[in-house]
Amino acid sequence: MSPVTAFLTPIFEPGFFSSGPVHTAAIIGGAVALVAGTLGVFTVIRSQSFAGEALGDIGTTGGSGAYLVGVGPLWGFLVVNILAAGAMELVGIQRPRGRDLATGIVLGAGLGLAALILYLDSTYHNTTGAVVSVLFGTIFTISSATIPAVIAFALAVIAILATIHRPLLLSSLSPEIAAARGIPVRLVGAAYLLALAIAVALCALTIGAILSTALLIGPAAAALRVARRPYVAMLTASLLGLAATWIGILLAYDSYAWPPHEKTWPVSFFVVMLVLAIYLLSGVPAWRQRRRERGTVSARIAAREATADEPAEPSTGQQER
Amino acid sequence: MFSGFMMNAWTVASIVAVVAGVVGFFTVLRGSAFAAHAVPNGSFAGAAGAALIGINTLIGLGICSLLGALGIGWLGRRGRHDAVTALMLVAMLGCGALFLSLSSEYAPEVYSLLFGEVLGISSNELAPTAALAAVCVAAIALLYRPLLLSSVMPEVGEARGISSFAMELCFLAVLALATALTVPVVGTLLIFSLMIGAPAAARSFTDRPGHALALSVAIALAIVWAAIALSYTTNYPVGFFVGSISAGSYALGRVWATWRVRRGGAST
Repeated sequence: MSPVTAFLTPIFEPGFFSSGPVHTAAIIGGAVALVAGTLGVFTVIRSQSFAGEALGDIGTTGGSGAYLVGVGPLWGFLVVNILAAGAMELVGIQRPRGRDLATGIVLGAGLGLAALILYLDSTYHNTTGAVVSVLFGTIFTISSATIPAVIAFALAVIAILATIHRPLLLSSLSPEIAAARGIPVRLVGAAYLLALAIAVALCALTIGAILSTALLIGPAAAALRVARRPYVAMLTASLLGLAATWIGILLAYDSYAWPPHEKTWPVSFFVVMLVLAIYLLSGVPAWRQRRRERGTVSARIAAREATADEPAEPSTGQQER
Repeated sequence: MFSGFMMNAWTVASIVAVVAGVVGFFTVLRGSAFAAHAVPNGSFAGAAGAALIGINTLIGLGICSLLGALGIGWLGRRGRHDAVTALMLVAMLGCGALFLSLSSEYAPEVYSLLFGEVLGISSNELAPTAALAAVCVAAIALLYRPLLLSSVMPEVGEARGISSFAMELCFLAVLALATALTVPVVGTLLIFSLMIGAPAAARSFTDRPGHALALSVAIALAIVWAAIALSYTTNYPVGFFVGSISAGSYALGRVWATWRVRRGGAST
């Protein structure tokens, strides 16, 4: 055994690279993470995390409805998310004031519908496992036949973004300037919402309907804390999301050997925890910067006190925190 | 419809509606719909964890919802508030997914936790629910004026010495308490729909805070009672009716507000 494989064996459980479900999961998860990271930057800039979260939750209705009519969950997520996005647009998500309320109302109604459809699922189809798999995702059981559809929708999101990214960025940062420049702010917002609906549906397929926001918001929020420029942030976010997804898949695969035995830990748990860790770590540079600045200010004041005999001025650095 | 076990459902649902009406009024006023969604939903991890290690669900829910609420308040101080809320929520849900998968026998209860099982409430759940609800309403009554001021005009509140961060934490703690008390009996969905739908509808009928608060409680009670009655007759889940009637009452409120504005515009 060469030193390299001796090092890698404990990390990669046997069969990781030859397993079909792992391949499918890696491809789908990777494509979804890239798209979600890119789109997520806009979601975070626009402060629409709640809309993303609500779309994911409402997607539960679609995922469980798909079981009821017997189509793949992806189609259920897609149809319901697009309808929900339309409803949010109608109720008034485009106004910053009362936007959370509009989202909340649609979310409440959508969840009510989800309750009904899950109830019908368990009554008429006896699919008790459906609830958990729709809510928390089952990436290892996705059939490889879904790959083309996932790739196609991922490309659709990218295409929408590529078309509207400039006006979208401007109207996200400053709606007034965008409107003054003649950008149809509401239309751009609606196109963005459509892309969000598709992206959330893809996320829901990967890590579950109610966890889908993790891939959308986490990497993007982390990237925006370290990168100043939006396009750099998009690239960073999609790479961070990709890393979280792939490491999550690896850990879930490995966890088969962990206690309790003969049972894998859910992929979505690892992905979500990695995303949270990434976000918390992304705060470190800013935190160290603040500490350093505070340190230099107090050092400067101390030096001035030592050299000059004049009474010490109140330090501005101390007052800020 | 009013037999023994149904009486429990009516009583508990009425208590829950009062709490949701009161706490929800401030949720809508403060625009913290997302927190009101995240705290109950995330507390699901507490219930699943409690089931895994075999302690009382209420304790797990209480601890988890309080931790989640404080995490949102503390992390949201610096950084983007909504992104932090989303992350806390999914982190807690992720833990819930883990606990759930480790304790296989718990799966059927997910549904009842998320969507409520109001018709299956036993009478020994009545007393703790009522007690916690009383604490909740008392806390809001105690904080009423500073909380109102800080919600509507945070700057003026700060100038008067009311720290908006402290108020945010207080509000989130009350929200966590309301969650712990309501989720085991009605599920996360019911409480969220009530907390948003009823007060939002109430606010479009009146502008005065006191009236809106009372109206919000009344609408929440009406929604819950109608939902239970419908659920009893049709056998469909309560959550479905609560969700749709809440949205319906909000739509009605919007129509009323528009009509009032039009009429006002015509008379001047």
